[in-house]
Amino acid sequence: MSAVPGTLAVTLRDLERRFGDFVAVNRISLDVRQGEIFGFLGPNGAGKSTTIRMLCGLLEPSGGQGTVAGLDIRTQREEIKRSIGYMSQKFSLYDDLTVEENIDFFSGIYRVPKEKKAERKAWVLDMAHLQEHRRTRTGLLPGGWKQRLSLGCALLHEPRVLFLDEPTSGVDPLSRRSFWDLIYQMASEGVTVFVTTHYMEEAEYCDRLALIYRGELVALGTPGEMKGGLMADQVLRVACDRSHEALGVAATVAGVRDAALFGRDIHLMTEDAEALAPRLRRSLEEGGFQVGAVERITPSLEDVFVSLIEARDRADGAQKEFKA
Amino acid sequence: MLERLYHMLVKEFIQVLRNPRMRAVLFVVPVAQTIIIGYAVNTDVRHVPMAVYDLDRTPATRDLIARFEGSGCFDVVRRIASEPEIQKVLDSGEAKAVLRLNRGFAEALSGGGSAQAQFLLDGSDSNTASVALSYASRISADFNRSLLEQRFARTAGVRLDAEPVALASRAWFNANLDSRNYFVPGVLAMLVAVLSIILSSMSIVREREVGTMEQIMVTPIGRLEFILGKTIPFAAIGFVDVALIALISVFWFRVPMLGFPPVLFLGTGLYLLSTLGVGLFISTVSSTQQQAMMTAFFFMLPAFMLSGFVYPIANMPKIVQLLTYLNPLRYYLVIIRGVFLKGLGLEVLWPQMLALTALGTIMLLLAAGRFRKTMG
Ligand SMILES: Nc1ncnc2c1ncn2[C@@H]1O[C@H](COP(=O)(O)OP(=O)(O)OP(=O)(O)O)[C@@H](O)[C@H]1O
Ligand SMILES: [Mg+2]
Repeated sequence: MSAVPGTLAVTLRDLERRFGDFVAVNRISLDVRQGEIFGFLGPNGAGKSTTIRMLCGLLEPSGGQGTVAGLDIRTQREEIKRSIGYMSQKFSLYDDLTVEENIDFFSGIYRVPKEKKAERKAWVLDMAHLQEHRRTRTGLLPGGWKQRLSLGCALLHEPRVLFLDEPTSGVDPLSRRSFWDLIYQMASEGVTVFVTTHYMEEAEYCDRLALIYRGELVALGTPGEMKGGLMADQVLRVACDRSHEALGVAATVAGVRDAALFGRDIHLMTEDAEALAPRLRRSLEEGGFQVGAVERITPSLEDVFVSLIEARDRADGAQKEFKA
Repeated sequence: MLERLYHMLVKEFIQVLRNPRMRAVLFVVPVAQTIIIGYAVNTDVRHVPMAVYDLDRTPATRDLIARFEGSGCFDVVRRIASEPEIQKVLDSGEAKAVLRLNRGFAEALSGGGSAQAQFLLDGSDSNTASVALSYASRISADFNRSLLEQRFARTAGVRLDAEPVALASRAWFNANLDSRNYFVPGVLAMLVAVLSIILSSMSIVREREVGTMEQIMVTPIGRLEFILGKTIPFAAIGFVDVALIALISVFWFRVPMLGFPPVLFLGTGLYLLSTLGVGLFISTVSSTQQQAMMTAFFFMLPAFMLSGFVYPIANMPKIVQLLTYLNPLRYYLVIIRGVFLKGLGLEVLWPQMLALTALGTIMLLLAAGRFRKTMG
């Protein structure tokens, strides 16, 4: 990674956070470049929010280092707070204030200069399409609108780095799309966006991704890199009736490392798809299933993540057995 | 600093005052409670229902009964005809007292001996019972005295000087007004404490529960700005309530306002400083609103009991007396009664003012110190 100082918006070095004995974030190291849309992916409880909170100065790290906009996350928390925007996972504007009152409050707290206040407010109202609803109680807005307002309030003071923790969770696909348009717009203006998500299609929108699982960094790279090189396994797609039952049979066939349902199809992870295909067809047909297409496919991001996480689980399992 | 504080204040005022229900709780309820409690608090014992078991039925017994009735303290609600009935009327609560006059009462009197009367009391309400008992003693003492006078007049022609009983009787019968004057300012202190402690103890923890705290903590707002932003609006509301209740006390209940009202307001300001300090401290150490509510409650209960409002501090064990020095209510009660009823000014009340200032500052600083801009 090109480590020219000033071009890295966020750096993490062995960053760690424990809650008692539990390690929520386990020595994560990575860099985010200026102006990049950086996706932070992981299943529930992986440690995404914990990491973001440490970066925003909301949680003290238990170990390791980190910088945001060149500022130390241990010693310069208050400085960091002036130069970042943050949208927490839970909606956190004041429901009992109107749209306008929320904007005024946050621009006051961020000390947006007087002469810029009106302009920033108009910008947020435009951006969030809330011009007509400026006097509406925020709590009454639909989810997607609230998220846009949250984003707007996080951007009032024109931060250089933006942290978004699952900004589109619980929002309909259309609103999600338009929210991402806003993220692109920010990035094109040079804002670094650090975003966590559950949605695979959103992961595809990111410039680079980190996959974390159980507090550990599992993979790091562009979506393309992830789909191309990261996976040792090949993916075999099997179309078959009663796929739910067939899944159990398929998983036992020799050479199948992993089996998962994708819609009505079964996806199998294997080292050698060509060799497996005929064997698999035979096994399933012997089991009385109607087998359609059996073909090797390029893995989707979801395949990659499932495969990486399963691999991690297997490794952990083996380690545990070894220890026992 | 000032700009952020200003925006905090605007936000807090909107949040507190926008909800009509909240407005009612803050301004209508205290007024209504003052009025209701003002009428209800009356520690004077009057019209105690009394039953009479008169076995003698002579002019002498009728005279004594008439004295009981005439005192205004007792109402004869029933005449009892048999022994077991005594138990019954007391158990059922129909009467709180029973006067039993034995056969031969008049005879004993005229014979110059000592006549036996029995006065039975329902002691379950010890306060009423002890007051009623002292009334009864006074009435019988009066009765004795007039008998003695008659007897002396008859036998020796000497006039007995009146005993100094008359002095005591004045205190009893004037008490009606006194107790209200004494209680209504105390009610003011209590209502303001309840309001300010509950409001402030919920305030920070509510933001934590709702999630808005996380957003606030990631802004560059200062701890003191935040804490002051939470204190000032509640203090302002507290002042309005004190003013309302004071006006009702003076103009409705005719509680005398002998002192200089600004002294009362200075005392109120310092008092609010300490109650809000306590509330905010509770809010910073609680993780849910429910927890904060419980903690506030467990603070307030002993604070009321050990303030001198209910029981005199002088009657408490030494250790508990020392504890009351930490109770802001204790000082405010002295200030408020001093200003209302005794016309005291700063020259007398300064130690209380000083104590409240110290308590308030310490609690607020503790709250600000406990308040962290980090989670977990
Ligand atoms: N304050 C805390 N005390 C104890 N454990 C915590 C605390 N905060 C988080 N954890 C634990 O740390 C782990 C990671 O939590 P985190 O919120 O970072 O996950 P996440 O990746 O954001 O998950 P999600 O998708 O559910 O938001 C979880 O197991 C969680 O229970
Ligand atoms: Mg999370």
